[in-house]
This record gives sequence, C-alpha cells and structure tokens, in this order.
Amino acid sequence: MRPTLPKIGLLKGLGVTLKTMMSPSTTSQYPHVKPDLPPRTRGVIALMEENCTVCMLCARECPDWCIYIDSHKDTIPPKKEGGRARTRNQLDRFAIDFALCMYCGICVEVCPFDALFWSPEFEYSTYSIRELTHEKEQLRVWMDTVPAPPQLEVGAEIPPEISDGLEAARKAAEAEAQRLLAASQPAAGGDGAPAGGKAAAGTAADDDIHVEAQVDQETFDKLVAEGKSERVARAKAKAAYVRKEKARIRRERAGSESPPAGGDQGERAGG
Amino acid sequence: MTDLETMTTERGQGLLPGGPGEGMLVEVRGEGELTTQDMNLNIGPQHPATHGVLRVVIDLDGEKIRRAQPIIGYMHRGFEKLAEARDYRQIMALVNRHDWLSAFNNELGVAIAVERMMELEVPDRAQWIRVLMAEWNRILNHLMFVGSFGLELGAITPVFFAFREREDIQHLMESATGGRLHFSYARVGGLKEDLPRGFLAASAQMTKNVRVRNAEYRDLLQGNEIFVARTRGVGPLPRDVAASYGVTGPTLQATGVPEDSRVTEPYEKYGEIDVKVPVGTNGDSYDRFMVLLDRIDASCDIIDHVLDNITSGPVKTNLPKVVKAPEGAIYVRTENPLGQCGYYLVSDGKKNPWRLKMRTPSFNNIAAMPYLLDGALLSDMIAILGSVFFVVGDVDR
Amino acid sequence: MTIAVLAQSLLALDNVWLALGLKLGLIVVFFLTAPLAVGYMEHKVMAHMQDRLGPMEAGLGPIKHGVGQLVADGVKFIQKEDIIPTAADKWVFSWAPAVSLVPVLVILVVVPFGPGVWAENLDAGIFFALAVSSVGVLGILMAAWSSANKYSLMGGIRAAAQLIAYELPLVLAAAAVVLQAGTLSLVGIVEAQNEFRLLGAIPVPYAVPHVIGFGMFYVAALAELSRPPFDMPIADSEIIFGHMTEYSGLRYAFFMLSEYAGMVVLSALATVLFLGGWYPWPGVPLPDGALGALLGFGVTMGKIIALTFVMVWLRATFPRLREDQLQRMSWLILIPLALLNIVVVAVAKVML
Repeated sequence: MRPTLPKIGLLKGLGVTLKTMMSPSTTSQYPHVKPDLPPRTRGVIALMEENCTVCMLCARECPDWCIYIDSHKDTIPPKKEGGRARTRNQLDRFAIDFALCMYCGICVEVCPFDALFWSPEFEYSTYSIRELTHEKEQLRVWMDTVPAPPQLEVGAEIPPEISDGLEAARKAAEAEAQRLLAASQPAAGGDGAPAGGKAAAGTAADDDIHVEAQVDQETFDKLVAEGKSERVARAKAKAAYVRKEKARIRRERAGSESPPAGGDQGERAGG
Repeated sequence: MTDLETMTTERGQGLLPGGPGEGMLVEVRGEGELTTQDMNLNIGPQHPATHGVLRVVIDLDGEKIRRAQPIIGYMHRGFEKLAEARDYRQIMALVNRHDWLSAFNNELGVAIAVERMMELEVPDRAQWIRVLMAEWNRILNHLMFVGSFGLELGAITPVFFAFREREDIQHLMESATGGRLHFSYARVGGLKEDLPRGFLAASAQMTKNVRVRNAEYRDLLQGNEIFVARTRGVGPLPRDVAASYGVTGPTLQATGVPEDSRVTEPYEKYGEIDVKVPVGTNGDSYDRFMVLLDRIDASCDIIDHVLDNITSGPVKTNLPKVVKAPEGAIYVRTENPLGQCGYYLVSDGKKNPWRLKMRTPSFNNIAAMPYLLDGALLSDMIAILGSVFFVVGDVDR
Repeated sequence: MTIAVLAQSLLALDNVWLALGLKLGLIVVFFLTAPLAVGYMEHKVMAHMQDRLGPMEAGLGPIKHGVGQLVADGVKFIQKEDIIPTAADKWVFSWAPAVSLVPVLVILVVVPFGPGVWAENLDAGIFFALAVSSVGVLGILMAAWSSANKYSLMGGIRAAAQLIAYELPLVLAAAAVVLQAGTLSLVGIVEAQNEFRLLGAIPVPYAVPHVIGFGMFYVAALAELSRPPFDMPIADSEIIFGHMTEYSGLRYAFFMLSEYAGMVVLSALATVLFLGGWYPWPGVPLPDGALGALLGFGVTMGKIIALTFVMVWLRATFPRLREDQLQRMSWLILIPLALLNIVVVAVAKVML
C-alpha cells in the first residue's frame, strides 16, 4: 500500500460518511412514490383472450406446470353448401397459479399468437396462497397495464415483422413511382413501361385469382409412392394443383395483354 | 446426514451437536493439567454471518477454535434431478437459481455446453452482449460481497452503498432482461432478444459511477486501519492447499495464482479482450477483499471494451422449435464470479439432458473451511466466513 | 486560583421532602426523554450517513419524519410477552436489566447541567459517578450468565474482560482532570475550568491541555458502553446480541435504555470534565437567575448532543475491533498514556 500517515485511513472513512450525510439520500419512499419500472419488467402475466387459440404450448412449456387450461371444441357449420364443417377451440378456463410461477417468461415467449404479455404489475399480494391462482378475467384486467415494448438498440437486427413491412412499403412505393412515370410518359417506351407496369399489376392481381382446390393426381401418386400418408399426400397435391392453376391463369392474363408471347402460353394453358 | 451420530472428538466421546443436551461435556484431560472444557458451538443454520443456511459446528476453547466442520445440505433442491426432466430452455430458467448472485453466468454455461455439443455458431453480436451481461453480473456479485463483508466485521455503512450500486445496475439489467435477479436472458444459439435503446449509453455511464464509488469503498474499508487489523493475516490460505481443495475464483487469486478461465480457456469473446486478473500475495482475508475490489475495476474495463467493439447483427440463431442436443457428453468450464463453474452435460439425443452435473465453485471454496478455521479466534471465523466467498444455493444446489 | 463560591442548587427549597421529590421526578423525566432524543438522532444521522432516510412514517400528531418511532417502540416493548427461558436462572435473569439501568439513573443525581441545575452537589462527585458506573458491569454479567445460551455466555465473557480493561483509562483520565482542578466535586470542576487560563492568559476548556486525556476518556466511554467500534460483547453478526440475546419486551427495552442513557450520562461527564460544563467558553459569564440556568442547560445539552453525534458517527463508519486488539489497545497503549498524562499534569501544575 502507498505509505500514508498513520490513522489517516480512519479519518478518510469519517469523511466519506460525513459527505454522504450532507448529500440528499437516494431512498424513494414507496408506497407514496411508485417505482419507475422499465417496459420489459416481468411483473405479472396478462392474457389477451381473443388471440388465444388454445394451442396449449404455454402450458406444455411451463417448467412448473402452473398454467391450467380447459377448452372444448365448437363445430361451426360450413359457410357454403357441401363444405366441410369447421371445428374451433373455445377457451373455457385459463388460470395461472402465481404461487408456482417462477416468472421465467417461457410461456410469453412461445405463444405463437401473441396472447400472453408481461405486465409490470407487482402489487397483487393476497392473504391466502390459494387466492394466487388467477383466472382469465383477472389476467384480462392486467392487459390494460401492459406497456409498449421499447425500441431496440442501435445495431440490432430489425425484426422480420418490421423488415417485411418495410420491404412491402418499399415495393409499393416503387410501383407507385413506376406508375406515375408511365402515366406521365405514355408515348415513350411501349414495351418497357407497360411490361414493368404489367409485372407490377400481375403481382398485385395475384391476390384475386381464386382457384378451387382439387387434387393434382400426378403429385398425389408420386407422394404416396414415396411413402407419405394419404392425408399428407392429398394436402400437398391440392397445393400443387392450386399453384399450377394460378401460374396458368397468370400466364393467360399476361399472354392476353402481350399477344406476341401468347403462342406458347396457349399451349401451356392447354396442358 | 447420519454421520452426525458417529461424529466423535479426539477424546472418543460421541457428540450430537444441535440436539438436546448438546455439547456440555466435562472431560478431564491428562494428569496434573489444568482441566478445561471445550465448548461445542453451533453456528447456524440460521445465523446473521453465514451467507444463508450453512452450519458450522465448532469446538471452542475460550475464543480459539480447535476444530470446525461445515455441514451442508440444508438447501439441497435437487437441481440435477430436476434438470433431467426439463428441456434446455427450461433448464436456463432453473439454473439461474443455484448461484443466484451470478444468474446470467450460470445460464451462459448451460448455453455454451449445448451449443458446443450441437456445434452451433453463435452470432457475433450475441457473443458481445453475453460478455457484457456476464460482466455486469460479475460486478453485481462482487458488490454484494463487498458490502456484506464489511457488515460482518461491524462496518454497517458500506453495505448500503453497495446495495445502492446494485439497485442501479439491477435497474439497468431489468430494462434489458425483465428481471432483477433471475434474468432468463440467454438461450441456446444466442439471446432471448436484443437490448433496448439506450442500454449501451446507460452502461457507459454506469461504469463511470461504479468506478467512482469503488474509490469510496477503498476509502471506507480498504484503507481503514481497524479493517486492516481485522483482516490482515487472518485465514491465510497457501497455494498448494488451495489447489488441493480445488478452490477457484477470487479466493484462489488472492493466494497469488492468476488462474482465470476467461484467460486460460476463453469462451465467447473473451479471447479478444485483455482480461486483467488481479492477484494477492498470501491469501488472507485482506487479500481476498482487495482482489474483489480490483476485479470490479477490471470488469468495468471489460465492459468499456465491449461497448467500444460491439457489432451489429442478429442475436438469435434459427433453431428448430424443440432444441435437441446430439448424443454425447461435454464438460464446459466458465468463470463464474465466485470461481470456476463446470457443467457436465450428457445427452442421449432427446430434448432433456440425460444427466447434467454441475461443478459449483462454492462447494470447493467451503471445503477449505476446516483448514482455514483451525486455530482461529471466533471473531476471525466471521472474517474468514465472509471472505471465502460462497452462496449456499451454489454449495447445495 | 480560587474556586468561586459554590452556588446553591436551584431546587434547594425549604421543604426537604418536596425538594427531594421534585429533583428525583425531574431526573426520571430527563432520564426517560433524553435517550429518546439521542435515539432519534442516531436513527436519522446514521440513516443519512448510509444514504437512506431513516424512520419517516411514525410521527407525533402532525409532525411525521419518524419522531414518534421510539415512542412506538416503547409501547411495543411494553405489550410484549415476557419470555424467560426454561433453563435460565429466573431471579438473576429478571433482575439483570434493573441492575444495569439503575446506576445510570443514580449518576444523574450528581451531574450538573447548568448553574444551579443539579440535584446534589456531592463533594466527591466524580468519584461517586465512576464508582456507580462500575456497578452497571454487574448487570451485564448477570444477564450473560443466567440466560442459558452459549452466545450470551460468549458475550458475557467478552464484556467482562472489556469493561474491566477500560475502567482504568476512564478513571485515570478523570483523575488527571481532578488533579488539575483540585476538587472532586463536579460543580467545582466546572467552576475551576471557568477560571483556568492556559499559560496564564488563554481561556480554554480542559480539553486543550488534556487533549490526550479527553481522547482517552471518550474512547474508554465508548468501550464502557459497548458502542462500536468496541461492541464485541454485542457483536450482532457473531453472537447475535451477546448478553441481551434472550431478552424480549420490557427487559430488553431497559437494556437499550441503559445504553442510550449511558451515552447521555458519559457525554455529560465528558462535557463537565473537559468541555467547560455549562459555560459557553471559560471566562464568558452567564446571566443570573432562571435565564442563566436555562442558557446553561442549553449549552450543556448542545455539547452533549455534539459528543453523542460523534459517537453515532463512529458507529456508522468503523468496523469492530477484535477482542484481543481491544485489550491490547487498553492495557498496552491507553493505560501507560493515562499514567503519563497524570505525571505531566502534576508536573505542569506545580511548575506553572
């Protein structure tokens, strides 16, 4: 240690305490002053019942098995004649036993439908431990206290929801720009602008191509031969059929608008 | 704990410490000697000085300790068995809790074990943030022991200052992870989510605060003559004894051995950081305390380094919904704040481990207790217990 | 130097019994309220030194900020169950707090707080005070030995050694002052200080020429009270609470009261012996009559509060001294210094 005067260490210690006494204290007087909690605080779990599809992932993943879910299936009559009746899960009971819960957040993390949220509420003590099992009514009440998530740090990867939205917005803006360009220059570039315009219109119009799903026999046979189950093969064959039909219709439309390329399309449309 | 019934003193008399009528044996030793009576005292399991439910049974001759035996197991929760029935993300939430003062470092160990088994590459940014969180957790842990060591010796003020710092840092950690003590932030393949905006700036400001307050602790304790008189020369631990007991961490570094897993087997980004390892000279309580204060400063340096060099990018890896480690076994050593923590993970391809054995630092640290306490005074025992850093949850799991 | 005519106590009324009753009543009132004030100061000062606020909610009427905390504590202690361990020695266990408390009360009889503000001006005042304070040690030993508890026993053993060791520096430092003043009476010592001039010209209280003696008296007082940094007997991180471990309720309150009242009493003795008593500064006269008495009382209380503040400051800052270090400090450092102090004072008094 550096050579110091004897007993100077004692005096330095006295100085520190005196200095601390003179400066205002850092105590915040709860309960008169509520604590300032950050948005990600894990206080209590809130449930947005409308989003829950009773997939039971949260109950399965909970390390303490403290989520109790009861449900039943409702049969909904088909929308059209001859259609298949739909079944939907209905949530009867969703209870979390907060006496067991260890506030790890796995249930909130795994929920694929964004039905569970963290709320910074912490003042829910009860006199009896049995009252710590809260039902979905109380969990819904806590939804009102859920704060908005904070912005991510500079340098973080942008989440896919935001990046997809940004990408779509960018494409829409580009399409808009192209359209304006085409509108302002109708004589210039017969192929370039319309083709670009058609391409944009094509993708935009994809959404209103409606194809009734039927089983594409080739795909079905191929998949069954590979060993997949009939149900899976049927589903994949239907998807393949829809994909082929949509592509055909798209080609038809494109072909009908640019006649020079229509020849092969006509063949393909037939095949 | 049945060997209590057969525990005997040198005089061959059976004792049942802690039971009714314990300890007040009258023994006559030798002919012509002054007859004395050794008092058998039970420190703990509930005691203000033992950090948690540690029980030390001591034979006292006046104020001198003739024999000491720590009795552990009061906090055994069956972690390793619980881990066999849970998948890897649930184990992270559990493993926060055995050494609750270094929660993130524990999670990190498990994450690294599974990632090494799966030969997974963790994104750069995730590694930097993991180092940042681990070092903040290290500072939290060391601040706790700085405060409580002074408290046990009678200095009742530094503990409040230390906890004031801890509150500030915990607020910072809460803004990123959601928890103040149990973080549940690391995941296999990276982290749960990225940091919130403003975290890095707040971190930079906080390291400045911690450095300033560290100087205050040095003034209040390290330079205080009474403190030095209470701790210098108390409980010296020679290097070979420490090595034979498997003592690691600040307790070992105080004896003069610069053994630190962050330097010898770097994990995450520690290979790119210049980690300072402060060492003491003779391993007494004063050296252990001084090493702790120096390690806080060293962790502040590491955090500053991370803040300068952090990269951008994702913090998660695309993994299947259920993480399954391939068959095999792996042993991972990480440098927890209390010492070297080892995870021996044996997997049989399922989503639960087949066996997760933890080598916890506190277990070996208190194994050196009988050696340290032999011949010490009762007041020295408090100084030694406070300076051999351990957390009872870590000892017993 | 002549000692001024010793004034009569203000309460020297014609009716002896009324005077006696009033004096004892006032002493008891002071005894019960001064420790509360000192305790409140300790709560708040220690809290602010530790960067927190201290008691804030308990209040008396409209004033909050924790002024009623100790009153609430008193009420709490009174309504607690009286627990005596089965294996304890009942009679000794029950009487130990009283044996610890009464001597402090009795010392207050001789301590002067202002001109005329005292209960009895004994000619052997300081002798009486120090002798009576030694009786308080017995109470601690009784408590330690009668609670059937090893931790209490440890506390008692340490207390016995410590309190005996620090009696001597206390007495020797006071003896040096007595030598200087030439009288054992406390009122006489204050008057002598009033007339004392260092080197014939400078009016200073005895703290200046007896600076070592003052330090020793203060340190020994801390040790006598088992206050940090000398609180090994009640080291609450090692032996829970030493001799007071098994006490609860009103008995425990008596022990605490004796500690805080002891702080006040020993600070009062230090004020009288070293800091000039009720004179703001030696040579500065006080007005006569009731106003003078009031001012004098205020000055004394101010000095007492300053000394107790330093006691609290030391408690907040320093860790405990180990028992053997404590003993070493007393026997090897303080007592030789005290003897040296007496020799120097004697020589100086004769020569100068």
